[in-house]
Amino acid sequence: MINQLIFALCFISAIVLFAKNARQIYKNIKLGRALNRTDRPKERLKTMLLVAFGQKKMFKKPVPAILHLFVYTGFCIINIEMIEIVIDGLFGTHRFLSFLGDFYAFLISSFEWLAFAVLLGCVVFLIRRNVLHLKRLNSPELKNWPKTDANLILITEILLMTAFLLMNAADQKLQLYGNSHYIVAGSFPISQYLMSLLPSDVSSLILIERTSWWFHILGVLAFLNYLPYSKHLHILLAFPNTYFSNLDPKGKLTNMENVTNEVKAMLDPTFTPPPTDQPIRFGAKDVQDLTWKNLLDAYTCTECGRCTAACPANITGKLLSPRKIMMDTRDRVDEVGKNIQTNGTYVDDGKSLLDSYITREELWACTSCNACVEQCPVNINPLEIIVELRRFSVMEESQAPASINAMFGNVENNGAPWKYSQMDRANWTSQQ
Amino acid sequence: MENELHVPTMAELMAKGETADILFWVGCAGSFDERAQKITRDICRILQHVGIKYAILGTEESCTGDPAKRSGNEFLFQMQAMMNIQVLDGYEVKKIVTACPHCFNTLKNEYPALGGNYELIHHTQLIQSLIDEGKLKPADGHAFQGKKITYHDPCYLGRANEVYEAPRKVLESLDAQLIELKRCKSNGLCCGAGGGQMFKEPEKGTKDINIERIEEVINSQATIVAAACPFCMTMLKDGVKIKEKEQEIEVLDIAEITVRANNI
Ligand code: SF4
Ligand code: SF4
Repeated sequence: MINQLIFALCFISAIVLFAKNARQIYKNIKLGRALNRTDRPKERLKTMLLVAFGQKKMFKKPVPAILHLFVYTGFCIINIEMIEIVIDGLFGTHRFLSFLGDFYAFLISSFEWLAFAVLLGCVVFLIRRNVLHLKRLNSPELKNWPKTDANLILITEILLMTAFLLMNAADQKLQLYGNSHYIVAGSFPISQYLMSLLPSDVSSLILIERTSWWFHILGVLAFLNYLPYSKHLHILLAFPNTYFSNLDPKGKLTNMENVTNEVKAMLDPTFTPPPTDQPIRFGAKDVQDLTWKNLLDAYTCTECGRCTAACPANITGKLLSPRKIMMDTRDRVDEVGKNIQTNGTYVDDGKSLLDSYITREELWACTSCNACVEQCPVNINPLEIIVELRRFSVMEESQAPASINAMFGNVENNGAPWKYSQMDRANWTSQQ
Repeated sequence: MENELHVPTMAELMAKGETADILFWVGCAGSFDERAQKITRDICRILQHVGIKYAILGTEESCTGDPAKRSGNEFLFQMQAMMNIQVLDGYEVKKIVTACPHCFNTLKNEYPALGGNYELIHHTQLIQSLIDEGKLKPADGHAFQGKKITYHDPCYLGRANEVYEAPRKVLESLDAQLIELKRCKSNGLCCGAGGGQMFKEPEKGTKDINIERIEEVINSQATIVAAACPFCMTMLKDGVKIKEKEQEIEVLDIAEITVRANNI
């Protein structure tokens, strides 16, 4: 009984704590500007099923894709096992679902295979990250915490899976001994090989079984609460993030309606722009000027660096890294969220996304080629953020590289980005 | 050359009480850049050769605003767009062909929000459809037979608008050896000119983007690299020059290849 109580307490507090953190992230995302992404629900659902559920874009790189698929399916399906663990924990039962008979045996054996696949995947991932020193996984922005974060996730998953297999091995042995609590159920294709490693006396076996069981469930609950602090949040956010994908052609940048009204008024003096409640900022200086989708993108980023590996600026040694753009945005929105939490409302901290996190040098190195957008396995768009920051820098501050300002001048005065007269536009027709 | 080039403007046609079936949007590079002008004239030759009734805007054309928009100057972009839309709508333009993927993208995707709705085709798409219709056919013994040709995907035609096949179809019709670059189609590598980069010095790094791209072209062993964008043309050409490969590698636009292969 006392065990059940402890379990219920752990379980409920983990859920409550997670809900609290999830709400904070939701609030942070809502700091962004409004944007309607609810049209074309069918197309959205299809995108989500293909990209998030079906991992379509992962398969551009087959090796990590397969390994990731192991970990992903393993993780999803083993969560079904959690249902049983929770019921057993709350009601003091053991292998509650075993009444399913052969199907139960099938379930347990597939969980074992998946647990093994997850283990294997995580071990290879650890090696890729720490031994093989792949360029994509060793950029400067991954130093310190992001690196630890990635390793922590992998090690935790390995430990959780080991505990799961160990638990099954001890359980099997107890089943064989005919211990009455340990009913004969399940099929154990992997953990059967661990049995010989375990001691033979019943009390040690029960101890191992119980410890693994508790370790597994507490580990999972702890992991759940670790998610909001980690890039691992993508296991949840990949789904909404792909659902709310941009469905327009990649080349299409957003139209700024507040500018349209001003331009219309300039070109046509009789035009009166619709009244606005407050002056709106052109472009983005800080995270509140971005849309909620940009902020959701930031929380969804898995820091995989596929974007950066494809970025022509980054490939040629420039400072710009689209992954860093996403990580900076997340760090900043976290910071703003905390600021609001402590002060009730946002109190200027003298910082902003532009300059405090993302430098002008990074900003102006982008060729707007969309390679980052194309590569992202969860449909994140770093380019949109870059363009918004450029808009602020140009329209609010008139700060652009001198040559870009010269180009603006030419377009304005000559109708071409170069210093040629519009009257000479058709001169080519008379040359052969 | 048998074809004396006469390029009509919309204003001329209108004065004669005529209209064009398609507007040829030349773009700034196509109008002013010497290398791109050659491509512009070749496109006119193709249009003339197959008898499409076309016209240009001439001095009435202005920058679409693409470099301004991508550099963050939405005001300037919208001013340009609205003025251009006025001119285009004044001539009741419905269909536009252009050789510049940046103009193509902006006119196609960004003008509708400001009231400009046109059917856009890129010149490579036009050439492809002319080949499909049998109106263009490489001449016997043309210069490209058996040559190793590769194609550089412009970001604004490829990734931005998913036009990957049309330019390849044109090259496939040549009876040449088509080689794909290591980074091609949706994985294509930028030439380095988009997003306003054409008009400024690159940020400091280990090399320029067009050099990275040209190294890939060199590795492909191709002797001709086909382009479909005037900016890519400039960047690739400069790359070839810096690498001192002018003798070995020729950079040609899909339109130029078509004109040469068809003896137009
Ligand atoms: S759009 Fe900009 S950030 Fe993204 S890959 Fe291209 S150059 Fe890099
Ligand atoms: S933006 Fe996408 S591709 Fe880039 S690191 Fe994040 S998840 Fe990976």
